Amino acid sequence: MLKIESRGYESRFWRYASPVLALLLTGATSGLIFMAMGRPAGLTVYTFLIAPLLQQDGFEALAVKAAPLIMMGVGLSLAYRANVWNIGTDGQFTLGAICGGGLALAFPDAPSYVIFPAMVVAGILGGMLNGGLVAWLRIRFNANEILTSLMFAYITQYLLVYLVTGPWRDPQGFGFPQTALFSDDALAPRLIEDTNVHIGILLAPLIAIGLWFMLEKSLLGFQFRVLGQATRAARFAGFRENRLVWIAMLISGGLAGLAGLLEVTGTLGQLTTTLSPGYGFTAIIVAFLGRLNPLGVIPAGLLLALTYLGGDAAQINLGLPNAVTGIFQGILLFYLLGCDILLLNRFRWVPSHAKAAR
Amino acid sequence: MNDAVPSGPLLTMTGMTKQYPGCLANDHVSLTVERNQIHALLGENGAGKSTLVKIIYGVVKPDEGEIVWDGQKVTIQNPGHAQRLGIGMVFQHFSLFEALTVQENIALGLGSAKERVGLRERIVRISNEYGLPLDPDRVVHDLSVGERQRIEIVRCLLQNPKLLIMDEPTSVLTPSEVRKLFVTLRRLAAEGCSILYISHKLEEVRALCSAATIMRLGKNVARVIPAEKTVKELAEIMINMDLHAPTPRPLAPSSAPPRLVLDKLTIRSPNHFGTDLKDISLSLKGGEILGIAGIAGNGQSELMDALSGEILAGKPESVMIDGIAAGHMGPHERRRIHGCFVPEERNGHGAVTTMTLAENAFLSGFTRRALVRFGVIDTKKTSAFAENIIKVFDVRTTGPKAQARSLSGGNLQKFLVGREVLQEPAVLVINQPTWGVDAGAALAIHEAIMALAEGGAAVMIISQDLDEIFVLADRISVIAGGRVSEPVLTRDATVESIGRLMGGGSAPAATGEMEIA
Ligand SMILES: Nc1ncnc2c1ncn2[C@@H]1O[C@H](COP(=O)(O)OP(=O)(O)OP(=O)(O)O)[C@@H](O)[C@H]1O
Ligand SMILES: [Mg+2]
Repeated sequence: MLKIESRGYESRFWRYASPVLALLLTGATSGLIFMAMGRPAGLTVYTFLIAPLLQQDGFEALAVKAAPLIMMGVGLSLAYRANVWNIGTDGQFTLGAICGGGLALAFPDAPSYVIFPAMVVAGILGGMLNGGLVAWLRIRFNANEILTSLMFAYITQYLLVYLVTGPWRDPQGFGFPQTALFSDDALAPRLIEDTNVHIGILLAPLIAIGLWFMLEKSLLGFQFRVLGQATRAARFAGFRENRLVWIAMLISGGLAGLAGLLEVTGTLGQLTTTLSPGYGFTAIIVAFLGRLNPLGVIPAGLLLALTYLGGDAAQINLGLPNAVTGIFQGILLFYLLGCDILLLNRFRWVPSHAKAAR
Repeated sequence: MNDAVPSGPLLTMTGMTKQYPGCLANDHVSLTVERNQIHALLGENGAGKSTLVKIIYGVVKPDEGEIVWDGQKVTIQNPGHAQRLGIGMVFQHFSLFEALTVQENIALGLGSAKERVGLRERIVRISNEYGLPLDPDRVVHDLSVGERQRIEIVRCLLQNPKLLIMDEPTSVLTPSEVRKLFVTLRRLAAEGCSILYISHKLEEVRALCSAATIMRLGKNVARVIPAEKTVKELAEIMINMDLHAPTPRPLAPSSAPPRLVLDKLTIRSPNHFGTDLKDISLSLKGGEILGIAGIAGNGQSELMDALSGEILAGKPESVMIDGIAAGHMGPHERRRIHGCFVPEERNGHGAVTTMTLAENAFLSGFTRRALVRFGVIDTKKTSAFAENIIKVFDVRTTGPKAQARSLSGGNLQKFLVGREVLQEPAVLVINQPTWGVDAGAALAIHEAIMALAEGGAAVMIISQDLDEIFVLADRISVIAGGRVSEPVLTRDATVESIGRLMGGGSAPAATGEMEIA
């Protein structure tokens, strides 16, 4: 009989091996699913994970997709380490895009050195506003942030739909649910001319490194870690829980708002009803795959960005439905959380009714 | 050879070895427990006692060694297996779910639904019979350490074990509770349940145990009959050093200024079943040690939290530290005005067990030791501070990078007391200063506290150990039902007079008994 027994300590090996195992299991399981759908497993996994990178601008596309995932994943790993379960970054992303984008629409003639920085600030503030409301509800009314942050994700999505189909709809847009294009001055600066490679791609890893330093080396980061591991000890040390909840929600919300603003100014150039292909939820997977470590979030963000590209490729080349991206990501999160049982436990084969000697 | 021999010893262990990274916790240890015997397992902090009994209970897998239980050679797979064999254990650190009630916690430990039939009545009966009053409906979160321990003991007794292992059961009990427990244990032994008893309280061991196995640094050093040795002799075998009584200290001059003043401190306990503090007024001079005696659950933890700043007082003036109204200050600000605190619970309150010793040194030391520069942790200074605590307080560990949970209970306690004492506080409040530390370390902690007082600090000791209070304190107060009695000079007090005060008032223990009756 297979038994799970406690190790009594956390395995260092499995700390790093468990995400790798989860990835392998995800590959195997999705291969099986593809086979059940009548597609050769090997080819599909290849189409999904490798082919997109062999495209001409494969790495560019990957970086563009990874940037928002990394920014949000970093904010989430910080919040989760402090036991603040923000799962509504999709909403914070959207509100950031709305606030920044609204500014671009309101001042189409403003010069670039004024309008873009102002939009960045507005985007961050929009995300913070959304995150701050969640923090306030938790502190003031003891409302569970898992529920409230998720609810806000829906509210902001409907706000976006209302705006782009109503007051902000482009009068010259033939009735399409979208706003006018932003002026060129309101677009994110490019790192490479005539591509989508915008400054967010540079910012994302810098933010990750900065927040890693904050979490591991600073007093504030220490406070987050203590709060996450032992609330009473945090109180004994004099760390104020409410203040930390505020900061965690403002940082993770603000980063999501920034990601949203960069997404609309970096790739879309206008507001539409679907700004995020579930980035906010994918960022949760990114945070866990990165072991809630901001540096780990960088490769994790790249990997999940790849699943978006792979999903597109599978749709175009193999005629698979778009839902495969979500399925793949869901399987990955499932195995990630599941494999973590190996951190504190091990599996052992014991002959049934072993009473006497081993 | 596997034939049952019911007349032989109940448990024989030979050659038990357990290697932890950087520490050989058990090095070919042998242990024999006879039937109907109360057997003591003695040894200094970190000697490997808890490790050995965790092996018996199936929590820790030995690297080598043979266990013969009831005449049969066995490999104990896990605690469930141990329980089926008839082994029960009360841990040094409890494993209770804080959010659940007493009854729910006990029910979770039982295997089948059948065992849960009539559980409530059995809990009430056993706890009453054995002098361990418990209200099955109280939530564990709101219970003191002493009360939590009662749950663990009752949980074991419900299973009618053949061997009951108790890892430092009395460190948190009052003398009268200990006396009642001993009556229980003697009766259990007479009824056929052997007891393996770990304690640092050698008086108790002499009174209770008919045999003792003594360990040092992971090895057996002796097997003795405790009654034939004096406490001093036992201690010296254990720690291999000469024990002396702490040198008496002159009383603080009456002209010394007050450093800690409580003025009608009244606090509603944040816990539903906690004890409210009522009108506590006290004044401690520099150079003075005040002992607060009392039975667990009479407001000790609330008093501790009110002093440390985890619970804020209604009026700033109700807590004055060195003349500064501190009632509205949090722990961090109180440390800044030279207050330091050691809470009762080590795991998850005084220390974060999953963090390193260096990080734990930082936890409460960063304010006074200036371990932060421009918002960044000064790792070098932090590590040096942790290193210093380890050295001065003789903490047995691999170094500042060791996780707090890898330390033996007593060694972590030494670290936590050392962390506060070395911050040179003007006011030090300690709840249970020597909980679970061996005689040598207790002496070292006592001497450190006395030296601190001699240097001009005001020290408040909250302890259920009357011996400790009589050794340390200049004056003694009793906390009962959230009220604190007028302090009396230790030289005018007797154990009996203090004990009477402790029993009085509306102690929850007493109400518990009334509900059950
Ligand atoms: N999980 C672990 N990892 C590493 N070392 C450990 C671990 N558990 C215990 N040790 C070490 O093993 C030694 C023995 O520990 P043990 O808890 O058995 O001591 P003890 O005799 O019960 O002491 P005390 O009286 O202080 O409770 C200690 O030096 C301790 O640091
Ligand atoms: Mg121990």
